[in-house]
Amino acid sequence: MDEALLRALTPTVIGILVRRGADFAAAEDAVQDALVEAVRVWPEDPPRDPQGWLVTAAWRKFLDAVRADASRRHREARVEGEPAPGPGEATDDTLQLYFLCAHPSLTPASAVALTLRAVGGLTTRQIARAYLVPEATMAQRISRAKRTVSGVRFDQPGDVATVLRVLYLVFNEGYSGDVDLAGEAIRLTRELAARIDHEEVAGLLALMLLHHARRAARTGPDGRLVPLAEQDRGRWDTRLIAEGVDVLQAALARDRLGEFQAQAAIAALHADARTVEETDWVQIVEWYDELVRLTDSPVARLNRAVAVGEADGPRAGLAALAGLDPDLPRHTAVAAYLHERDGDPVTAARLYAEAARSAPSLPERDHLTRQAARLNARLRR
Amino acid sequence: MAKYLLLKHYRGAPAAVNDVPMDQWTPEEVSAHMRYMQDFAARLEGTGEFVDGQALSPEGTFVRYDGEGRPPVTDGPFAETKDLIAGWMVIDVDTYERAVELAGELSAAPGAGGKPIHEWLEVRPFLGDAPTITE
Repeated sequence: MDEALLRALTPTVIGILVRRGADFAAAEDAVQDALVEAVRVWPEDPPRDPQGWLVTAAWRKFLDAVRADASRRHREARVEGEPAPGPGEATDDTLQLYFLCAHPSLTPASAVALTLRAVGGLTTRQIARAYLVPEATMAQRISRAKRTVSGVRFDQPGDVATVLRVLYLVFNEGYSGDVDLAGEAIRLTRELAARIDHEEVAGLLALMLLHHARRAARTGPDGRLVPLAEQDRGRWDTRLIAEGVDVLQAALARDRLGEFQAQAAIAALHADARTVEETDWVQIVEWYDELVRLTDSPVARLNRAVAVGEADGPRAGLAALAGLDPDLPRHTAVAAYLHERDGDPVTAARLYAEAARSAPSLPERDHLTRQAARLNARLRR
Repeated sequence: MAKYLLLKHYRGAPAAVNDVPMDQWTPEEVSAHMRYMQDFAARLEGTGEFVDGQALSPEGTFVRYDGEGRPPVTDGPFAETKDLIAGWMVIDVDTYERAVELAGELSAAPGAGGKPIHEWLEVRPFLGDAPTITE
């Protein structure tokens, strides 16, 4: 049973149904039903032509639904009987699905769920597990999302920026349940990059590849966070790094900078350094300057302060930090780090403990608690 | 089977025996504590008794309705006197005795000096959905 194949075929089959006259919501439902049937039937009886099988099964399910609808509401079905098989895949069908599922009218959570189901071919149960919500909740989220976009024409130009934000959200959810969402996000971004020539799509793909390359090194055997400086660089995936750098360079060559390219450039500079001492912090600060210029984001300014602290010393880092809102997430943690680098373990320990109290996640809280514990133990000696 | 909530407090429970804030432990003691908690949850998954475990941020707000057309009133952060829940574990076990036994094990998690914390945990039975058939 090739689940990867099923997932990959999902958007194509939805696209074919839509071109045959089904509306998106009904096509998506029908394909989901066909997927469930495929999971049941294929292990015993694998089809010679998986896509053809799915199209036929989904179309039958769609017709059943239309007939049930029609008999209930006397609505003339727009379609009668089996049409001739439609033409093969038109690549922009899948592209249209990306735009539809990440339509600006959707909330981020809805767009994520709909994208994973209609473009990613995941089941509602898998998506629910990955996001730790009951299946019924996720099913509602998806059907509401479909109602929201039901009036959107399938051939309208889409909003690339929104699609990228949605894919990045999926990526950052990481790994939970039995679905590797980071891997799934990379797959979907690859597919998108193959269909649309856009420098920020390439930038996002590069950023994901470069981040993903470090995944194995980012957590210790007991699940603890391992900060960049302490990571075993031998565990970085050089193949992914090389691919990420290639994708990024091709994007940068077009000279249309965007935030994902800038973030990928920073990740690439980290990946380039064989040891933490070899990190080109000066260039990283320059890229942060670009990122701040592009996004004006407080988070980018905060990360810039860390880079300044490495490039020009902790005092400079603290000066860069001084102008920022102290309520920013991770502000206290960054201050703690810079004070430690500045040779003030007492202040650093106090700030690490304070940062731990307001940490947004358990791994971060544990990490910050350990940092405070490490300094306090040293101060007691 | 019956479900119980094991509640852990930042504030409001009687003081633990070995009551030292975690940032005053050694890093090794922090690691040992984390490992104990992970192993405990993993073991309960293995015995089919684990339902859920979550940790909560110490920051929160009281909120109440303030009448038609008005935004809700908020009051926070919590006063120093208020109970403050740190997190919970939900277990599904055969007997109340088993729930108490497990809470006791959780309370034995190592802390400063590698010695058990002896933290007070609250054990609260769930009110089930199914009414008891009495006729």
